[in-house]
Order: sequence, then C-alpha cells, then structure tokens
Amino acid sequence: MPDSTPAVQHTGATPLLQTVGLTKRYGTLLANDAVSIDIWPQQIHALLGENGAGKSTLVKTIYGLIQPSEGEMRWQGEQMVLSGPSDARARGIGMVFQHFSLFDNLTVAENVALGLDGKESFKDMSARLEEVSRVYGLPLNPKREVWQLSVGERQRIEIVRALMQNPKFLILDEPTAVLTPQEADQLFIVLDRLKAEGCAILYISHKLAEVKRLCDTATILRDGKKVSTCNPKAETAASLARMMVGGEIRRVKAAADRQTNVARLVVNDLTLAPDDLHGVRLQHISFELRGGEILGIAGVAGNGQDELFAALSGERLAQDPGAVVIDGRAAGHLSITQRRKLGAAFVPEERLGHAAAPRMRLSENALLTGHAASGMVQHGFVNTAAMLKTVDRTTEAFDVRKASRDPEAASLSGGNLQKFIVGREILRSPAVLVVSQPTWGVDAGAGAVIRQALLDLAASGAAVLVTSQDLDELTEITDRIAVMFHGHLSEPMATVDASREKLGLLMGGSTLEQKEAAHAAGA
Amino acid sequence: MQLVLEKRAERSSAIALISPLIAIGLTLATMSILFAMLGKNPISALGVYFIAPFVDSYSLQEIAVKATPLVMIAIGLSLCYLANAWNIGAEGQFLIGAVAGSWLAVKTQGTDAGPWVFPAMLLLGAVGGALYGLIPAICKVRFGASEILTSLMLVYVADLLLDYLVRGPWRDPKGFNFPTTAEFDPVATVPVLIEGGRLHLGGVIALVVVAAGAVLLARTIKGFEIRVVGAAPRAARFGGFNSNQLILLAFAISGALAGMAGIIEVAGPVGHLQPGISPGYGFTAIIVAFLGRLNPIGILFAGLFLALTFIGGEQAQITMKIPLDVTKVFQGILLFFVLACDSLILYRFKLVFASPKVSRGAH
Amino acid sequence: MGLIEAIILAVLAASTPLLLAATGELVTERAGVLNLGVEGMMIVGAACGFGGAWLSGSVIIGALCGIGAGVLMSLIFALMTLGLAVNQVATGLALTILGIGLSGLIGSRFVGEKISLAPHLHIPGLTDIPLVGRILFGEDAFVYLSLALVIGVWFFLYRTRTGLILRAAGDNHTSAHALGYPVLRIRMFAVMFGGACAGLAGAYLPLAYTPFFIPGMTAGRGWIALALVVFASWLPGRLVIGAYLFGAVTILQLHAQGWGVGVPSQLMSALPYLATIIVLVLISRARTGGSTAPAALGTVFVPDR
Repeated sequence: MPDSTPAVQHTGATPLLQTVGLTKRYGTLLANDAVSIDIWPQQIHALLGENGAGKSTLVKTIYGLIQPSEGEMRWQGEQMVLSGPSDARARGIGMVFQHFSLFDNLTVAENVALGLDGKESFKDMSARLEEVSRVYGLPLNPKREVWQLSVGERQRIEIVRALMQNPKFLILDEPTAVLTPQEADQLFIVLDRLKAEGCAILYISHKLAEVKRLCDTATILRDGKKVSTCNPKAETAASLARMMVGGEIRRVKAAADRQTNVARLVVNDLTLAPDDLHGVRLQHISFELRGGEILGIAGVAGNGQDELFAALSGERLAQDPGAVVIDGRAAGHLSITQRRKLGAAFVPEERLGHAAAPRMRLSENALLTGHAASGMVQHGFVNTAAMLKTVDRTTEAFDVRKASRDPEAASLSGGNLQKFIVGREILRSPAVLVVSQPTWGVDAGAGAVIRQALLDLAASGAAVLVTSQDLDELTEITDRIAVMFHGHLSEPMATVDASREKLGLLMGGSTLEQKEAAHAAGA
Repeated sequence: MQLVLEKRAERSSAIALISPLIAIGLTLATMSILFAMLGKNPISALGVYFIAPFVDSYSLQEIAVKATPLVMIAIGLSLCYLANAWNIGAEGQFLIGAVAGSWLAVKTQGTDAGPWVFPAMLLLGAVGGALYGLIPAICKVRFGASEILTSLMLVYVADLLLDYLVRGPWRDPKGFNFPTTAEFDPVATVPVLIEGGRLHLGGVIALVVVAAGAVLLARTIKGFEIRVVGAAPRAARFGGFNSNQLILLAFAISGALAGMAGIIEVAGPVGHLQPGISPGYGFTAIIVAFLGRLNPIGILFAGLFLALTFIGGEQAQITMKIPLDVTKVFQGILLFFVLACDSLILYRFKLVFASPKVSRGAH
Repeated sequence: MGLIEAIILAVLAASTPLLLAATGELVTERAGVLNLGVEGMMIVGAACGFGGAWLSGSVIIGALCGIGAGVLMSLIFALMTLGLAVNQVATGLALTILGIGLSGLIGSRFVGEKISLAPHLHIPGLTDIPLVGRILFGEDAFVYLSLALVIGVWFFLYRTRTGLILRAAGDNHTSAHALGYPVLRIRMFAVMFGGACAGLAGAYLPLAYTPFFIPGMTAGRGWIALALVVFASWLPGRLVIGAYLFGAVTILQLHAQGWGVGVPSQLMSALPYLATIIVLVLISRARTGGSTAPAALGTVFVPDR
C-alpha cells in the first residue's frame, strides 16, 4: 500500500482519489465498465460523455450514493469503502447536484444544516453560513424558503453547503446548465480560488468551450467505458466531441433559401397570472412568427417558459381570445384540442409524464395527441390499427430504436423517446410547432436528427417556436432569438446579431428597468 | 439482509396475469395458520369455505346472488381508481340507491301500479347513487377536499338516513315496531330467473355491466381518457382531457352502479328496506376491484370468488363455529397479498445478504 | 357539578382519542407517508387494550397492549408501502378492513365483560376548586398525556435535528436520499409512531371512555383524525383546537338528543360526519392555489442502489 503521510500528499506524489476498475452493473446493463481515473489535488478534472455514458453513476459512486459492483476506490492511496454520502462528506468529498438536492419548503439555513453532519449548533452553523457566503461572494438570505428563490440562488445554496464542509474534493454535475454566461463566469472565479486553495474538482459539463477554458485534465466516458484522459486545452471542441460520440457528428443543414411567408403564430399582449403559488406571471408578451421561420426563446429556467408553453398550447386559457392567434384565427380561448385542429402542434419539455404517459404503450401515446385530428377515433371508439400505423410511420421516419413494435414509453431511451414525441407531431404536418427544450438530455445523434427535423419543418413552410436553455442550439437553428426574464419577453433580435454577452445580459434581466419604464410611459 | 426493489424496464404481463392467483394462494396459506391457531383443522375449514358451497345448487345460486352487487360496485370503483379518484364510499352510495328506489316501492305499496314500478325503481336507485357519489366528487374538483375522507363520511350519513326512514316515516305499521318497511309488492321486486330459485335478473344486469365496462375501457376514447388521467395527469391535460369532468363522470358512474346494486339487493334477496341490508358490499367491492386488477373481466371472477367467501364464511360459522369475523380477516389479508403481488409487476424483489463493508478510514 | 362543567369534562374525554390518533398521523404524514389505516389500527388497539386490561386488571397494561397492537398493525403497513412500494391509499384501506375483522375476532371473547375505568387525577385542594378544579386537575392520565404528546411532537419537529430530517424526508425524498439520509428507515419509525398513537387512542375508548368493548366502537374516529390533520394544516398546535372542536360537536349532539330537541336523533348523530365534510371543504377551499401538505405525501419512494 502506498505511503499516505501528509508530506507525500502535499508533494502530489499520490493522487487524492483513484478509482481502480470501477464497475457498476444494473441487471445486464453495464453503467460503468472498469473505469480507472486519478484525480490530483489542485486539479480541475473534467468528466465528459454523452447522456447515458455513465458520468452520473460514476460520481454517485464516488459520493457513496451507490455501491460499485466491482473495483475499488482509493483515497490518498488507501482503499476507501463508503457506506453512504455522510461517509464521503466526512473525508472531505462534496457534491453539487445537477438536480439540486434541496427542500423547497424548508429555509436556506435548514437546507444547509441538512447537508452538514450536525456536529455544531444551528446558531454556529448559521454564523458560518454567513461567513462563507460573504468570503466567496455568494450572497444568501438564510431565512428564505427555497421555493421563493431563483434557480441561480438555489445553486448557490448547494455550492455554499459544499464549501462549508471544507471539501478536499468537490464534484459539480453540470453546474452551468442553469446559469447565464455572466453567472457562469462568477462560478469559475470561485472554482479557480478553490483550486488555488488546494481543492480538487471533478467537473461534469456538456459545454466543451467551458471545459477547455477551465479544466486541466479531461476524462471521456462512452457507453460506461473510459475512452481517454487528455489535456482539454490541447484538444479542439470538435476532437473532444468526436471522442464522446465515437465518430463524426452530423452537422445540421438549413435549407439554402428559406422563404418566410404569412404570420402563422401571433401573440398579442399576453398577460397571465400563475395558477400556483410558485409560478411566474406572464407580462405583456407579444411577438409574431411567420411561416418558414424559427424563433428561439432563451432564458434561465423558471422565468416563465413553462407558463408561456401552457398559454400557447391551451393547457391554460388566456382571457382575451386575440392574445394567441394561430393561422389567422383567434385561439386564446380555445382548448389544446381545438388548437391542434387549427394545425398547431406542441412538444413540452418533460418527456415522461407530460409529453408521454410513461407506463402506456407508444400506440396509446400516439392517441394522446392524435385523437383530435386523425382517423384514430371514430364515433367515440378507438381504432387500434390506425394507432399502430402512426407508431410504425414515426419509427421509420425518425429511426426510433425500441425492443418491440409497441413498447411502453418508459422503456425507450431518452433520445429515442424524444424522436418519437417530436416525430409524432411533425408527421401531422403542423402549421405551427411550439417545442420546449427539444434536445434536453438527448444523445448527440438523436439531437442532430431532431434539430434537422425542425429545420426541415420550417423549410416546408411551418412556423417553429423553440424554447431552450442551450444557447448553442438556438444559435445553430433559429432565425431570431428573444429572451425571457421574470415573465417578460425581450424584443426578438436576428440570431446573427445575438452574441453570448448580449443574450447573457438579457437573461440576467439587465434591461428590465428600461422595459418597465417604457410600459409605464405607454400606459 | 435487505429487501431491494429493482424497477423492471417494462411491466411484466405474465405476472400481471398470475399475480391474483399467487395472492389467493398466499392468503389460503395464511388462513390455514389462522385456523390452526383457532384450534380448527385447516384442511376441513378450507373445505367448508371453498368446496362445500359448490356441492348444492342453492349455494351455487347464492354465490351468483352475492356476486351481483360486488361485481356491479367493483366495476364502478375500478373506473374511479383508474382515474386516481379514491371513492371508498360505495357502501353509502349503495344504501342511498336502495333508499331512493325503495321510496317508489313504499309510495306505490298497495296501489294497482303496473309492471313499470321495478324499472322505475332501478332508475331511481341509479340516479340516487349517482347524485350521492357526485357529492365527494364535487367537493374534490370544486374545493379540493379529499374525496377519500368525504366519501367515507357519507357512508355513516347514509346509514343514519336509512335508519331514520325505516324507524320513522316508512316503518311498516303492521311490523310489530321492527325497523323495516312492509314487504314490497310483486311489481316492485326483482324478477326471478328460475321459478322457485334464488337467481334473479340482477345477475344478468351485472353481466351486461361487465361487458359494457370492458368495452368502455378497452375500446373507447372515454375509457382511454379515464386511464390517462389516472396514470399521468399532466400528460392527460396535454392530451386535452379535462380531469375534473372525468373525475365527476367516474364518480357518477360508480355511484349509479352502486345505487343500482343497492336497489336490486333490496328489491330482490331482501324484499324490503331495513338496516343492515349490506354485509359491507361497498367495502368488499374494493377488494374485488383490486383482485380483478381493475379489469372488468377480472372483476367478474374476483366477485364470484369473494362471494364464495361470504357463503363459505356462513357455513363455517354454522358447521365449525368459526366466527364470522374470520371472513373479514380473510378479505383484509387477501387485499394485502393482492397489492403486494401487484408490486411484482413493476418491480423485481431481491434479497441482498451482504451489507456494504464500512471502512473506518482516517478523516 | 354544574352542567357546563360536565359538558367540558365530556368534551375533553371525547376529544382525547381524536387528538392522540391525529398527533401520530401528523408525524407519519410529515415524513411523507399517508396511512389511511388509522381506523383499523385504532379498533385493534381498542380490542387489545380492553383485552389486556381485562386479563391483567391493569389499565396501564391495557394501554401498553393497545400501543403494541397499533405498532404491529403499522408495521404491516410499513412493510407493504415502504418495503414493497405498494400504493399507500390502497394499503391503508386494506389495513382498516383487516383491523375491523381482527378486532372482532380478538374482541369476541370480551364482549359483555366490564372493567373499571382509568382513575382520574385527584389533588386535594386543587381538584376541589369550583368550576375549573375538575377540568384542570381532575382528568384521567390520558388527557394530560395527549397534550404532553402534542407539545413533545412540536418540540421534536421544530427544535431537533432529527425532526428537521423527518420534515426533509416528507418534503423531498429524492433530495434526502441524495444527502445520505435513510428515507425508508425514517419513514418506518414515523409510521410506527403513528401506529402507537392510534393504538393508544383506540385503547382509550374501552379504558377511559366506556368500560366495555363493542365491535366497531371507534365509529369512524380514525377517519375523523385523518381529517383533523388536514384541518390543522399539518401543524401540531392547531390539532388541539381541531380535536376539541370535534369533541364538542360530538358531545353537544349527545346532549341535544338528551334534551329532546325536535330533530331526529339520527340527524344529530350524523353531525360529526357532516361537520367533517364541511370543515374539509372550507379548509381546502381557503387553500386553493397552494397546499400546505408535505410535498412528498403519499408518494412511493424506491431508492436506486
């Protein structure tokens, strides 16, 4: 067993953490297949890979949440077996989760207390919370309940909570997915400072530019196996992506000269109160979307995107019928079924439970949105043959991989289910398509298929509205981009003029004051 | 040692089919132990419960008669449960249906009203049950009050209302002060299928209800809507289905079927309105619905099986002095095993023996 | 003893089983588990409590038997819903059906027997103070115990770390699991506490309320206790108000029947049930738009490993 005296550790002769042949098996699925990585102090180590490559499984193992099937971990050279996260925290391993591990109805201070081992009094802990949040420039009000906070503030709780454990090793899972570019820059300052203080960081991200800028080392996983460990600064974004995917990624191509024609989706001064306490009020939203055009809506999650989707789809009705106009017909008062009959189609963000009923078959999920305008229902009776035919057509057109002809929705991988859901709508040749986060949590191959399909749909004359938190995706496929902040929508700008900085400022709400002033003046 | 559940990628249809049978098997095993603890011979006790009723025609007919209300109520309940609306007050809807139908029987007593009386009673029973079932449904969709608690509270209220009527305004003047109405006129009773037998028209109605339920759920868009609302409420909203309307519909149908079962019971096997007309059909039907896996055909068989336990329980009390409460214990245990076995459809059960080693490393 | 005094004493006695059962259920629900089997646990607690007291001649042993029976019943529930991930609503119903059958079976040999009720406190001087003396210092031990329990539960939930962890498990089990808390174990203890309280509440009926056991003697009190938790918005303090209000309704309808008010007795008997429905509607309506229920209440949790 290697020597693990502090002196050796500080010279950096022993990695802080090693995984040796770490394997995790779920039934026949190998989530991690003999993964060996070394992480050194003062290192920001990127963990790259597609969805389903095994990144989450690996970090959950390191954090003690799941037990490896084979292989072992070494901490400062000594074998480490973790009975649970508190064991990991006791050694100085901290974690910032992608889907925050917070409690909405508890206060910030209570949330932080729950992430610590409880050896100090609540009062001492609160004092330390204030101290840490001041020192690192991460302001928090300990008395607020979490549900009242923005996504960025919630992440701050997670980070402060991890910092209060004085971590030697910090894991961050997609921390910038929910931040504006400017907020991400602030996070990088904190991370650089931690590194300088001697902390090791394992950093999971999809954003390769960010990885190249921040990280010293990168390990790439594919299908549960380690593909390579490299220096990301010496690689290009394209070469990193090739290693993640294991081949070339199809570039999406826009049609050479897309014609825009009549306005097919018009929103006029749409204002809508939220239907639950935690919701966002939509404020005077107006835009016009022509056939052949793709409009992108950027913004940090939780700024009214879900509410806008509900108002456009008809899941929630507007008071004024003219607030939403589909193909020239006032539709604000119409139900989602009636809007579908007008030629609109919708793809919500959440695949399982919203776009599809998880434990129902694909044919039944075809009926879910197809019952309004297709031959699937006659005189109140369903036509199973027509439902199956839709499944077959979608499968063929969008290359949906599945184990049987008509499986349950939940049994498909994220990418294949998303292809089915988008395909189900596109094959109805809609005049207007409203889609939220079309490639969220989807592998690169499926993502390219879906983005191409959206471009092709627009080329055929449909109007497409895409809401996404992924600025790269919006830049790639849209013609214009608008930004949502606190229920307001900015004036759309041409995508070619939309720099990251400009969008980032709008996402942070920096022009809100001017806008409100304008409204006040107009009233 | 630790029990670990592993989610199946897809629900297992083989287990869905055999899980009720496994549950029955486990229940019989548990009951044998209970019989032994009561000092009875388990083999002969189970024989009295489950074999004896099959040997004579009277008991066979009696099984069908007891299964009739169970099946009708359970079909309605299955619609509610599929829609994730927890109607547990079918007993109350059953009683109110009986009361509503009996009103006409009492009013036409001794008059020369024609054969329209029974069909009208059937209709009144269904309407009464449906309206009573709509109370908790409206409280839920309009005010957000838990339908579980309100529907159950209404059982006690219905019980007291029936009690009041047969002790007060509707009491048979020639009934020696017993709390009961007079025997219904022949036009106000359920026609018997075989002269002198126990089988009556209600059995046929129950079969029609089973068929209608099967078609509704498997072949119509309404049935699909009910299933989606229960399985994935947000997806249902996205599909354009109005969950509030569907919950009202499910409760109304469920109440109507329970109410109809109530008036059939009163106008058939009982023959007059009195307290205690139900040995807990409304609650036993909950077990029937789950044992039948919320599937109409399954419910038909489950209803017959639970009817058997009622008959068997009575015979066991007479011949072996086994308390009637054993039947209720049996039903409760059966429901537990049914639910536990249903979990096998979604999960694999695994026993893990090795507990993770905890290292006492430095920190 | 004046009429008012008698009524207040009766109200306290009628409220105590509701308060006991509701306090236990509140803790269970705060951990995220909806156990609808309170009625079943209570009725078995009543049968076993009476049996224990009758066989041993001791009220305390009777109460312990009631508690033990409630815990055993709740363990069945825990095994089903936590161990096997079965739907909590359906399991709660099953527990009630089983409980009614079991209590009949257990209680059948005690029907018709009689025991002496739990003694009431008597402090010379204090208990003899006119009007308030008997009310404050002349109750049976369970009345004081139930109030102490509410205070204890309040302290536990809001002033201890374990209570914070329990509330966290009821708010978001995924987060609690991710931080390394044993969600299922926490919930199991919460369910067992609920079972103990329900068993004791059931035992109260034959030990301190009426000195005999009758099948079905809980008469829906378990269900009313469930409604009380909703009424109290899951806050222990409000449970006391709710329980005493319901106790008052029960006693007033009994007295009204005695006074010969010109209303059918059945309508008066239906009052507690009707009041429950009305209260549920009013409370739920006042809260439209936001619920104060624990966010994870009634949901199944299966940890991945």
